Amino acid sequence: MTILTENERAVAAGTDGTAMAMRIVAESARLLGAPRLIPVQSAHIDGALYHGDAGTLFAEELVRLGAKATIRATLNVGALDLMGCSKSRLTGATRDMAKRLMLAYEAMGCEKSWTCAPYQAGHRPALGTDVAWGESNAVAFCNSVLGARTNRYGDYLDIACAITGRAPDCGLHRPANRLATVIFDVSALPAQLFTSDWIWPVLGTLYGREIGSSIGVVIGVSGPASEDKLKAFGAAAASSGGVGLFHITEVTPEAPDVNTATGGLPTQHIVVTPAMVRTAQSGLSTIQGAASIDAVAIGSPHLSLEELESVCQLLASRPARVPIYACTGRHVVREADRTGLRKTLERLNVIVVADTCVVVTPILPAIDGILMTNSGKFAHYAPGNTGYGVVYGSMADCIESAVAGRPVITDAVLTP
Amino acid sequence: MTVLKADILIEGPAASGDALVLGAPISFWGGVDPFTGDIIDARHPDRGQNISGKVLALPGTIGSSSASAVLLELVRTHRAPAAIILHEPDAILLLGLIVAREMGWATPIALKLDRETQKGLAGKLKVGADGAIVV
Repeated sequence: MTILTENERAVAAGTDGTAMAMRIVAESARLLGAPRLIPVQSAHIDGALYHGDAGTLFAEELVRLGAKATIRATLNVGALDLMGCSKSRLTGATRDMAKRLMLAYEAMGCEKSWTCAPYQAGHRPALGTDVAWGESNAVAFCNSVLGARTNRYGDYLDIACAITGRAPDCGLHRPANRLATVIFDVSALPAQLFTSDWIWPVLGTLYGREIGSSIGVVIGVSGPASEDKLKAFGAAAASSGGVGLFHITEVTPEAPDVNTATGGLPTQHIVVTPAMVRTAQSGLSTIQGAASIDAVAIGSPHLSLEELESVCQLLASRPARVPIYACTGRHVVREADRTGLRKTLERLNVIVVADTCVVVTPILPAIDGILMTNSGKFAHYAPGNTGYGVVYGSMADCIESAVAGRPVITDAVLTP
Repeated sequence: MTVLKADILIEGPAASGDALVLGAPISFWGGVDPFTGDIIDARHPDRGQNISGKVLALPGTIGSSSASAVLLELVRTHRAPAAIILHEPDAILLLGLIVAREMGWATPIALKLDRETQKGLAGKLKVGADGAIVV
């Protein structure tokens, strides 16, 4: 039974867009078994990606009823590249409805961030604050790396929370539910492994598969873990196992040590072996021994400026034989335009994709092709969403393969 | 004739239809075609069945944050199940019905019935607005 405050009840009894949003939040809270609603400081909205006309009509109804986001609300990707860097093959009525959907969310006062990495575009809620975020990788990063508190807010509930500034009080908003019950011990892996970028999506995939929606703490990571690596780990874990929060000792803010992460409660212990890593790594590819590739896709989650710059360094002025689709947000595109980086990359056969990505909207040519990627999330979703087979490799191998037009795998060596 | 009493998750009108009791949990996003109601998940035992107009019993749901979008689209185009029976409430899926009701679209009733009891559902069923299921 969810108890609303007098003020919340009064809002819900109205006839405007805020009333509709409050009723949606309250009904969700009832189904979730939340005793009350809590204030949230910000939202990240995944609902502006087109899945059918109903979503557009709902957003436009909220606009018609005067609804506005009352807290900071960034937008996840849409189905169209509004910056015009790349072209989606959506046409006709579908394209119109996808565009109307994006414009409706902008009209409600949401920020035109259009990125799945809002935390690298300046949206970084403080440790311990309650927020309402959508998009599985953003949720994992927000909870785990920033230490802000959110459940996974799906389509419609995300914008309703942004309008009301309220969310159901349950799940990961409650500190007791954020404690780790599983230890994911990687100390048996060679230390130098953690300096490479390709291990993080592999470990994330394995972590998601082993731990699922429980909360785990990773122990035994050697050396510093950059935000880009944590981003890749979280995205892979969220796509393979629905992970919304992970801890890494001495890396993430709620895990200065194992005892703090677990609250001193008993845990299950998983020891990760090199053999488990090898299996997870080969499982990310759906094609073995391909003689050629048709494209490289990177940027799920969206590339940071540093990652986009590394593409340019790795190409070292050599044009790619097959196109490299580099998905990123407009916060990075603006910088890349200012420095001339985008022009340089485009001359070398890199297609910068802004505001969206190649796995959620048809940008890749409609062929029965083979895609190489360094993203655990792309590896997971590309076969189903695009029909392409997938070869997984490090960023450096992806770029070398694009230049060669065939898979060049050098980094993925893990001897027994 | 047996009458089962289920808890009401989302209110809706009395309905009747053929029972479709799924053999495994399903993710609506990627598992059900939002434009036809066909079960499209290649690994699902009920692949090829259509959920439109059925009394649909779900032994479990796999949470995708866009499950609600698929159900909302089916309601809008009158291709939703006649009634939805869940082992346990799935707030993301049912959000599709909450939003449909706000949009003024005709929404099916949603009930809670454990997965063991669901297995006894077969043939033509009548579901009352009070949660009674006539088998």
